[in-house]
Parts: sequence; structure tokens; C-alpha cells
Amino acid sequence: MNEKVDVGGTRNEILLAVDDLRLAFASGRSLLTAVDGVSFSVAAGETLALLGESGCGKSATALGLLRLLPAAGRIVGGQMRFAGRDLLRLPEAEMRGVRGGGMAMIFQEPATSLNPVLTVGHQLSEVLERHLGLAGQAARARALELLMAVGIADPERRLGEYPFQLSGGMKQRVMIAVALAGNPSLLIADEPTTALDVTIQAQILELLRRLQAERAMGMLLITHDLGVVAQMATRVGVMYAGEIVEEAPRAAFFSSPRHPYTQKLFAALPNLAQRRGRLETIPGQVPSLSEMPGGCRFAARCPHAWDRCRQQSPQWRQVAVGHRVRCHLDDGQGAGAGSGGVSGTAVGGADAVAVQPMGEPALLAVDDLRVYFPIRRGILQRTVGHVRAVDGVSLELARGRTLALVGESGCGKTTVGKAILQLIMASAGSVRLLGQELGGLSRSAQRPLRRRMQMIFQDPFASLNPRMSVGEIIGEGMQALGVDPQGEGRAAAIAAVLRQVGLDVAAAGRYPHEFSGGQRQRIAIARALAVQPDLVICDEPTSALDVSVQAQILNLLATLQADLGLAYLFITHNFAVVDHLAHAVAVMYLGRIVERGTVDEVLRSPSHPYTQALLSAVPSPRLDARPDYIRLPGEIPSPANPPAGCHFHPRCRQASAACRERYPETSTLTATHTVRCHLYR
Amino acid sequence: MTFLPVILWSDLLIWLLVLAAIVVGWLSTGNPLLRAAWQRVGRSRAGMASATVLVVFVAVGLLDSIHFRPRLESREGQAVAGQPSTAYAIEVLSLLDALLTPLRTRTEKTYSEPLATRAYAKEAIEVRDTDGRIRQTRDYPRLKHGGAHLGADEGRRDADVGQRLLAALALGVVAWWAVAAMTAAGLARADACSHREAWRRIWRNECDFAWNAVLAAMAALLLMLLPMAMLAADYHVFGTDKVGQDVLYQILKSVRTALVIGLVTTLVMLPLSILLGVLAGYCRGWVDDVIQYLYTTLSSIPGVLLIAAAVLMMQVLIDTHPQWFETAAERADLRLLALCFILGVTSWTGLCRLLRGETLKLRELEYIQAAQAFAVSDLRIIARHILPNLMHIVIIALVMDFSSLVLAEAVLSYVGIGVDPTMISFGTMINNARMELAREPMVWWSLAAAFVFMFTLVLAANLLADAVRDAFDPRLAGAA
Repeated sequence: MNEKVDVGGTRNEILLAVDDLRLAFASGRSLLTAVDGVSFSVAAGETLALLGESGCGKSATALGLLRLLPAAGRIVGGQMRFAGRDLLRLPEAEMRGVRGGGMAMIFQEPATSLNPVLTVGHQLSEVLERHLGLAGQAARARALELLMAVGIADPERRLGEYPFQLSGGMKQRVMIAVALAGNPSLLIADEPTTALDVTIQAQILELLRRLQAERAMGMLLITHDLGVVAQMATRVGVMYAGEIVEEAPRAAFFSSPRHPYTQKLFAALPNLAQRRGRLETIPGQVPSLSEMPGGCRFAARCPHAWDRCRQQSPQWRQVAVGHRVRCHLDDGQGAGAGSGGVSGTAVGGADAVAVQPMGEPALLAVDDLRVYFPIRRGILQRTVGHVRAVDGVSLELARGRTLALVGESGCGKTTVGKAILQLIMASAGSVRLLGQELGGLSRSAQRPLRRRMQMIFQDPFASLNPRMSVGEIIGEGMQALGVDPQGEGRAAAIAAVLRQVGLDVAAAGRYPHEFSGGQRQRIAIARALAVQPDLVICDEPTSALDVSVQAQILNLLATLQADLGLAYLFITHNFAVVDHLAHAVAVMYLGRIVERGTVDEVLRSPSHPYTQALLSAVPSPRLDARPDYIRLPGEIPSPANPPAGCHFHPRCRQASAACRERYPETSTLTATHTVRCHLYR
Repeated sequence: MTFLPVILWSDLLIWLLVLAAIVVGWLSTGNPLLRAAWQRVGRSRAGMASATVLVVFVAVGLLDSIHFRPRLESREGQAVAGQPSTAYAIEVLSLLDALLTPLRTRTEKTYSEPLATRAYAKEAIEVRDTDGRIRQTRDYPRLKHGGAHLGADEGRRDADVGQRLLAALALGVVAWWAVAAMTAAGLARADACSHREAWRRIWRNECDFAWNAVLAAMAALLLMLLPMAMLAADYHVFGTDKVGQDVLYQILKSVRTALVIGLVTTLVMLPLSILLGVLAGYCRGWVDDVIQYLYTTLSSIPGVLLIAAAVLMMQVLIDTHPQWFETAAERADLRLLALCFILGVTSWTGLCRLLRGETLKLRELEYIQAAQAFAVSDLRIIARHILPNLMHIVIIALVMDFSSLVLAEAVLSYVGIGVDPTMISFGTMINNARMELAREPMVWWSLAAAFVFMFTLVLAANLLADAVRDAFDPRLAGAA
């Protein structure tokens, strides 16, 4: 039923051709189809990006290509030809030669894809021996070359090291070296940078681009990040619920996406054009494998769906050279809704409360907060040093405002949030809420203030007790804080707060596992709201969610702020979200705030070299924007042993002698914009 | 009254456990997560087959846990005028003993082989010759009870045994068909479908409960137990021991001992390990240090040594205070309980360590931190957030420990520090077998029977434990 794949204008030979591939997972007695009739091809030297939300079958496709599906997985039908060979007919012994030798795979989590008890050299030579028959000195020499090729400094030493001695970015580089060791002609990268920080992500993406160009490899890049697609892809395939719904060359994909789902994905991204407006959302969620609709799978969430969509699955339709789409809409509807242009649904969400009269005492005032964790060694557990997770952070936050705390992992931003909530004891400094000092209070004295501030956690799967019903979860805080001592009013209050976050009232009697990620995050928000706080600390509340769901949660947070006048301390590493939601931004590096100001000041005219580098490393989901990003060498140092002087100087291009000697004082650029850097004195 | 009820301490604990199991079962129907987990157990075929076998063992054990002292027949003349004195036997019997009276009372002189009609050792016997003279010969004497109904016609034994086996087989098939048909009929009514459809569902494994496994296990049980019952009426199915007691009777009595050891010990162990494990994991700091120190020390002392010391001390205490006990059964019972207590006190460390580790993990989870942000009290956090999330480990440990404790009892009794020598248990049977195997010709049946039954009990418990673990382990449950 699928027409032959068109490799629009690529003169290279086709490496991999997948035709009508169907994968299913056995569940009890039935087979659930996870990938339904996927066809694509990858030529040498090109990158095909498979884009899709979690659960759309993109990782299953990659594993199916290598015939490495988990035990319950089955290849139900279709054809996979790699370099002229039918992969489904190869015996397992030959298939082992294809894995690593023909196609190699890079996995998402570098921490778990290397064997912790084998040295880097051992893991490399394993592949070299299997695929190239190298051993001894020859293998060692080749391993050194490979490590050099992936940009690892001092490869001699690294060969003898174990994975735990390497940082996250370095592990991913080693993983890439292992993948390259068999000289594969096709590289399958399954979310290769999702677990990494932006600056490291930029390094890895650049490395992948360079290696691909050098070796003329084909690459199948699996990702959910439009920014990564914009940087890497030659062609893009969009997957939805086990099908590819649109396939296009990169330029056409970003300038005129045709499938309503793709258009919606672009619209759901927070971006500059509509700051603090409402984001476009895709209502509902991806249908589960067991209840796939009969017609177009997107019909239930599509604004343009009509009867035909619900009855008949659309066929492929060519709209331009190399650009095809599976949709019944054949006029160019929505073609204008490209990367930036979302139809004007922007309403003044948080803007209504954006302006605060000056002079009112700040809701939250943090002054010189320090959190040190002791490092204990020896039999007597003597303290030999401190991990300075938070090292002198000062913040103010007024009612109804949002302050974003931005930084890479390990910079101490989550610790700040927990120390403010008194979940972690601060070592020094003060936290004042409504003018009242929190630090030295006893637990009972803290109780009335606990009502005023709440937290929303990162992982909606870990933040709800799986053994309590939603009603109990939401009611627990109200009960503990005595918000509503009578049981009767509580049911009504729970219902009210559930409605407020957009959930059905009946949800109160159900258990967390019955809800999707986005709905769970709504429950977590409802739990925080139930005690009517003034301040909510949001610890990366959307980083575990898909783009379309993230938009729903961001809209909800904006609405709640407008309605209830909440103040948010928004801890995140995602600048797009910061731009969308925040009024003020503070950038953290190694336990200290290095730059602070309003959103416009920090994001439009960043002053600190670190902020500049961070901003330039964020991959933009647009065609045009690919300015030279500022390479940050190395990775964030350990807070147990920070560099002398300015913590950032080993990675800073503009570092001078003064930077190596002492930590810079705060320099004030404007009334609201401050920076700690020797460049501004 | 014709009997005087006697409540032994272990009886009390056993019936309390039964009550607790009923309460837990009733409570878990109210909780959808627990209900789902138990339903997963119900769907496991191996689990349900072994549960069926265990039910038989438990039934035997429960029957053996209702004790009484029968009234002695009062002889005339002893009764004081107008006031009939009632004297009760010094021997404490259980309901099982009463049911098995023939087995219990029909003792031979000494060893006899399974299904034998003659003893296993030659003796000088007097035979009256045809001419009326009494002659002494040395031969295997005829058993008093084994095959007594055959009379002189001992050669008919094989035919008789075969006949009984066939009859048992026929009865078993009929009984099984009746049970199976009743199950299908019940299922048909519950699901509102035809009997044929219900029957098909049972065997195609399309029910929510592994009926086919239960029925198959029942068929196996009927095929084993009915012939045994038929033969036991007139033979010693597993032979007799040194003092001529029926081995089958001993085996059935051992079941209760094994169950008490396996279950009551966990009663002692659970509170200790849950309390200390959760405290150590949740409070950390010096509390954690103290508890860790305690269990590391305890588990470094060789277990058998510790148990031997404690049991010997207990033994001395019991021997020096005979006035505490009215009957020998009470003394043996106390010693059994003491053994359970000692086993419990020495074996809580493993579970405690597991629970501490899990609590350490749980207390860092975000929902616990969310609760702390609500100023929920620590006790409440432990009760509502930590304990329910530890329950799967506790249930798994409970079922897993059962089988190892039954085996531990056997080992300890073998070493001579187990239950009271008058109490019948698998361990004492195996201990006796030490001498029996050493004699020539060898007496093998006692050991073999004890082995087969203990093996069945422990295997069934292990299989059920596996099914329970799979159903309750959140990681595996998520995958299924």
C-alpha cells in the first residue's frame, strides 16, 4: 500500500530501506501493534530524523531494525533491506555482524549503556575484535584513534579507566567511539543528547555532525526535540501513534509543515513571538496501543478532522519533491503556520499581574543562603571537606511574579528550592517569607508558614504515592496543615481544586497509576494548591513531559498565576520555558548566581560569558537561526573542589589573570540587572 | 462433659494467625491495588496449584490445633456419694488424633515395612503343629493389625491391595468429576454463560482465576490421598517405626509442628524487623548506627550456636520447674514456642536489612518530600507513605521464610536442639532415621515418608512464594 520511498534528490546510494514495517508487543494473548506500516529509507551521508512524542514507536522502530526487540516484541511484517541484504532473512549469526559492523546504535542514557566493571579500552577492543579482527597492539592503536576522533583529551589514560571515572558527556563520547569501532555505515542515535546538559549537548551534536561528514555515514536520529532536528537532520519523518504521518526535507519541514500534528507541535513550543500568552496545545493524549482508532490516528485531537478522518486511514500524498504527508486535508491549510506564526490566540495571561507596585515587602527574601554537605572520610567519619552545593545565594520574589532559576545539572538549583522549603537544613544565610525568618524555627512554628509555600516536583511518577488515591493525596496536606479540619468540606475542597487544574472530579477516587504523565503533574499541582499557598517552587515541572503536554502545564501555571496571584520560583534548564513564563531570571553556576535580571535583560543582552554560552548552545527549532555557538570546553567542575578564583574561568574564553585569583564581586549594570564577572567593573 | 478443652499457647497463636489472615484478606478487597495483586496471584497457575496443596496441609494442621482431654470412664465405687467426680485423661488429644484413633492406637511391636503383614525382625515364635505340639521357630511374626483382616490367607495381600487401589481410583475419578462439574456450574452461573462455555474457559485458561491448575492439583491430590486412606484402614501404609507406631500418623502430626514453626516464628520476627528496619532507614543518624551495629553483631554470631545456647537454657528452666505444667503436652508446646521465639529473634536481621535499604530509598522520593513540605508528622509519613510501600517486601519475605524455617526446624531437631523429643516433627523423624539407616537390614520408609511430605510442603510453599513475589513486586507487576 505504500509507494516506494523517494529520496528526493540524494545522489548517494540508499543504505537502509524499510518498507511497511510492523512491530507488535505480546500482551497476554493479544498482540498490540506498536509500529504500524512504517516505511523510510536512509542514504549514505544523510540524516533522517524520526521525530515523535514518547510512546509513538520511534525507539521500537530502531530496536526492530537491529532485531533487538525486547522479549515481548515481534516483527509482524514488512521488509528491511540494509546494504542490499534482507535483514529479516539473515540468520542470527550474520545479524551479529550487521549489528555494530553495519549499523551501530547510540543509546539515550550514557550512564547505563557502558558496563561499569570493564575499562573503556576493554569495551572498545571487544567491538574491534568482533568486527575487525584486531587484537593486541593493533586494537590498542585503533582504540586510541577512535577516542581521539570523538574528542577525548588524553586518550592513553582514558583507555585504562572505568566508566565511573568519566563525566556524562565523556561517557557519551566513549559510547559513540564504541559505536564507531566497527566502521558502521549507518549510525542509529536514539535520543543521544536527551540526558545531557545543553552545553554538552551542543558538543555532542557537533561531534556527530563532524563524524558523519568525515565518514559519509548514514544516520537515523531519533528525537523529540525540534531544536536538535533543526541542527542535524537532512530529512525529517514525524511519527505519531506508530505511523509516520509526514516526511519532508529539512527546509520544507520547517518552512511549511503540512500535517496538522506537525503544525501543532511547532505551535506548542514556547517561543519569543508570544511571550506569556497562551501556548497552543494539542487536546487529549496519544491513544494507547490497545485502543487505536480505526481511521486517522490523530483525528481525535485534530482541529480539522471531519467524518472521513474518523473512518478512513489517509494514504500518502506527495505535496512537493520529497515532501509527503498522510492527511485527508489536501488544500494547503495551515501551511502558513510555520515555526513562528501561531494564529493569534495569545491572550494576556500573566501580564495582568505582571506589574507590581514597588515598595511592598517581598514575599520571599533569601539572603546569602549556603548549603554545605560534609564529606566524611575514614573510620571515625571525620569531616574532611564540604560540597558547596549552594554558596551564597540571594533572591527576592514578589507576590504574583515568576523568578526563573536557570543552570546546568549539578549547579545547586534544586538544593536552593529545597533549602527554601526547609526540606534541607541551610548551613548559613536567611530565608524570609513574608518578613518572617524560617531558618531557626521549630517544626511546629514552621507549620503556619508551610501553608504559604509549596513545591511541584520534577518527576510526576515519583512525586505521587502509588498506594494512595488522588483524593487522599490532595487531602493529606489540607489535613496536616489544618486547612479544613472538618471532613465534610474537604471533599468539596478537593473537588474544587481538581476542577481548577482541569481534572475530572471523579479523579479523586482513582489511583495515580491510572493517569498519564501530564495528568499526574496536574494532580501534583492540585496537591500544592490545596493549601492555598502564596509561593510555589516548581522544580523542572515540565522536563519529564512531552512538548504538547508541557504546553498544557505551562498554560495551567500561567492561568493559576493570573487567577490566584501565585508567585513561582521556577527551577529549570530550559530557556524556552523561562522566556515564556518568567519575569526575572537568575543564572546559577556552581552554587552561585552569576547573573540576574529581568527576562529581557538576561535573555536578550546576556552579560556573563556563561549565560552567553548557555543561550547560544540551546538548539533553536528554526531554520534560519544557527549562529555560531560559543563552545564551552569541558564540563561543570565538582562543587566539592571548585576552581580557585572565578568558578567559571577554566571554561571561559575571556578569562584574565584576575579571574584566576579571586571571585568577582557583583557589578550592577542597571537597576535590575546584576552580574558577577570581572569583565564588568 | 465428655471432654475438657485444652488451649495450648501455640493453638491460640495459630488461630489468631488464621483470624489475622481473614482480616487482611477482607481489608485487601477494599484496596484496589492489593486486590489487583491478589488477582494476579489467582491467575498464576503454579501458585494456585501449590496453594491447593497447601490448603490440605493447613487443614491437617488446623485440625491438629484443637486440643482436649477426654474424660476417663469413672469406675464404680470411686464416685463419692451424690457427687460424680470427673477425671480427665492426662493425655491431651487433638481433633486430628480423635479422627485418626485407629491409626494412633493400632501399634505394632516394632518395625514393619509399608503394607507388610509381618514384622521386619525375626523373633522366636511358638507354632502349634498339626499334631498339637507346640514348636518354637524363629520367623517373622505376624503383625497384630497390619493386614489382620486377611486372617491366615496372607497370600491374598497383593490382590487385596490392588482391589483397594482400583476402588480408590474409581472413587477418585468420580469425586473429581463431581468437583469439576460443580466448579463449571458455579462459573457458568457467575459469568452467565453455558456450562460448555464455562468448561472450555476453564481449560483454555481464559478465566480470571487459574481454575484449571486448582482442578489439576485436586486430581493429583485425590489420586494420592484416596488410595492412602483406603489402604490405611487395614494396613500401615508407610510402615511402622521402632516402637511400632504408624509412620503415616507421625507424618500427619508433623505437619502442625512445621506450620507452627513456619508461621509463629514470622510473628516474632516481623515486628522486630519492620520496626527496626523502618526506624533505621527513616531516622538515619545515630539511630541507624545503633540498629546497624545490633544486626551486624547478631548476624555475625553463628546462628546454630546462638540457638543451641538459648534452647539449652530454656531446657534447664523447663526441667527445673515441672510444677508449671499440668500435662506433658503443655511442656512440649512451651518448648516449641520457645524455639519459635528463639528462631524469630535470630532471623529478623535479613528482612530488617532489606527494609532499611528500601526505606532509605523511599524517604528520598518526592512524595515523601512533598509530605514533609506539608509538615505531615513523621509517624504519619511512616504509617501512610512508607509502610504501605514496604508491604510487598514483607509479604514476599513472609512466604519465602516459611519454607526455610520448616527446613531449619528439621536441621535443629536433627542436631538435638529442636522441639521436645516427645513432640513428633519432621526433624525428630529424620533424627531417628539416623539410627535406622545404620542398622542392617536398613529401615528406609520412615525417612522416605518424612522426606516426601516435607519436600511437598516446602516446594508448595516456595512455588506460592514465587507467585506472590511476582504479583506483588511493583517492577514485575508493571511489566505484566
